Amino acid sequence: MDFILNFWVELGAWAQDVLFGWGLPAWAVNLISDIVVVLVLVVVGIMAVLIFTPMERKVIARMQDRPGPNRVWPYGLLQALADAIKMLTKEDITPTNADRALHMLAPLIVAIPALLVYAVLPWGPNIIGKDLNVGILFIVAIAALHVIAIIIAGWGSNNKYSLLSAFRVVNQLLAYEIPMVFCLLSVILFTKTMSTQGIVEAQTIPYFIVMPVAGMIFLICAMAEANRSPVDLIEADSEMVAGYMIEYSGMKFAMFFIAEYVNMFAAAIVISTVFLGGYKFFGLENLAPVLTPVIVFMKAVFVIFVMLWFRATFPRVRFDHLVGMAWKFFVPLAMVNLLLSALVVKIPVANARVEPWVQGGVMLVGNLIIIAVTVLILSRSARKLEDAPALKRIVAVER
Amino acid sequence: MLSDYNFIGVFVAVACIFPFVALGLAWLLRPKKPNPVKTATYECGQETIGDTWVQFRAQYYIFALVFVVFDIEAVFLFPWAVAYGQLGLWALAEAFLFLGILTVGLVYAWRKDALRWQ
Amino acid sequence: MNVTQVIFIILSAVTLIGALGVVVSRNLFYAAIFLVLSFVGVAGYYILLEAEFLAMIQILVYVGAISILIIFAIMVSRRFMSPKYKARNEQWVWALVAAAALFAVLVVILIQVDWPIAQASVPDGTLVELGKALVDPGQFLLVFEVASVLLLVALVGAVIIARER
Repeated sequence: MDFILNFWVELGAWAQDVLFGWGLPAWAVNLISDIVVVLVLVVVGIMAVLIFTPMERKVIARMQDRPGPNRVWPYGLLQALADAIKMLTKEDITPTNADRALHMLAPLIVAIPALLVYAVLPWGPNIIGKDLNVGILFIVAIAALHVIAIIIAGWGSNNKYSLLSAFRVVNQLLAYEIPMVFCLLSVILFTKTMSTQGIVEAQTIPYFIVMPVAGMIFLICAMAEANRSPVDLIEADSEMVAGYMIEYSGMKFAMFFIAEYVNMFAAAIVISTVFLGGYKFFGLENLAPVLTPVIVFMKAVFVIFVMLWFRATFPRVRFDHLVGMAWKFFVPLAMVNLLLSALVVKIPVANARVEPWVQGGVMLVGNLIIIAVTVLILSRSARKLEDAPALKRIVAVER
Repeated sequence: MLSDYNFIGVFVAVACIFPFVALGLAWLLRPKKPNPVKTATYECGQETIGDTWVQFRAQYYIFALVFVVFDIEAVFLFPWAVAYGQLGLWALAEAFLFLGILTVGLVYAWRKDALRWQ
Repeated sequence: MNVTQVIFIILSAVTLIGALGVVVSRNLFYAAIFLVLSFVGVAGYYILLEAEFLAMIQILVYVGAISILIIFAIMVSRRFMSPKYKARNEQWVWALVAAAALFAVLVVILIQVDWPIAQASVPDGTLVELGKALVDPGQFLLVFEVASVLLLVALVGAVIIARER
């Protein structure tokens, strides 16, 4: 029974015993187990693409009151496999004056940062690729590599729209990275460690309840980093016709596509780890540690459902509104949240014996006050905008 | 721990090999028939007008520069945040001062319309 | 020849190829990409030295922000937009002589000096120690605050210069 409950850990220990039994030296055993774990994680990442592509299309279709893909197998669930076969067999067209080396380099390096995030995501109390001391910082730093790949893709295509769109995407990614980092800093103030496992362990109450402002900002920034609607102006079909990916066809385009979905799944797991409690579920992880990957997957699916919900609901945001929103709204809001966290974490200094939920409660109240003040400021400036004479004339004419 | 990064090294190696495998598979399976019409640059179905250059606007550079400044600010705040539990109240005041000085910068850039995309 | 030395040699090859590419390439954009390669190599060095925080910061700031800034700066000038533009440098002979002389001096110094090697292993809580040192009035507090003023100056200067257009 114990073997079943601790299945994943026992499996790892048994596999290592087998390898030792074959007489291999310690470094070879470590290397082989590392390679096996890496392959499993990469396969999990690619499975994410195969699962979430049809899920996205079906969910958004149902929200728009239409059936979605339903030809491939019952309910269209193997649609991604059909897409993969299509992409493998399409001809690869390199434009005439494009820089061949750069054109080929970009799809090679765009999937690497997306996959690398899976090394530090916790799937259970002892089930993690490698619990780095600077896990969260690793995730943020790897996101920066994605930006370089996009610039290379835009430049190497010898297409002015591709270049223009690459500049805009880079600006969008840079703008939304700062509020993300500030929200993570607010969380680190509470957990006092940057390792992902430490963050999950420190969450007696999920941090989304403690600081909903940081959770919402992080969710929106993660969606913007993954170039998803409603902030996907660059790669929407009716806007810039796939933006920096214009001149890519076949498997090279599939690389960008895979990178986006792998990124999305990784972002969903990061959000569930940092803000929703990771593999914890009201004590279930202590009773049956074998179920923790399932718990993580369920939470990630929930977050992805929310992302798809956003995509189906909101219209696209115009580019100048996009970057304006990031710099003028999210950055100050995230900074205010950071200052509030810094104040709240210091509360027990005054009172030596404080339950953990008191800090959480005070933080929640503070966040609600922030939300109320923000809504007040926004509604007052919206009312001022309504009173503007130009808008009054338009409204009067329409009546 | 240094030995932790063996795993990361293996991961980077495998992640680098994966695109090669995928693209190699595609190279084996796909047709290769280039002709001048297909390989022409895409401009929504028309012939390309003018050279491939884009009027680079200073606004792109400003955003990247503001990003660098805030990125380095975040870099300074990471060790402060991790060590925060063991510091006294003066650490809070010092960080407020740090953030305050940079908020002045953000407000200045905001008021001077440097953050507006024309 | 243990594993660490092999990894060090591989990292050195990567970084030096990157650096060589920056200096030698004719196309300015290629030079920027090679620069990114050397930045990644330097991040690898930091990991070998067990300064993992610095390695992550190297990738986050240098690869993620500064190389993008450099690429944008390359693109400001209209001539450089064409991917086929070739940069020219007529003084390469003298540059080579100066670089070779500097290299000889550095090699002589490296061989002659008796470098003391710290025997203690790196402690585990370096990040916490760094955090404490940054806000300690006796250590790096002044540097911490002056850094913020420096960043403010950079920001204000950039806004002023760009607004003049």
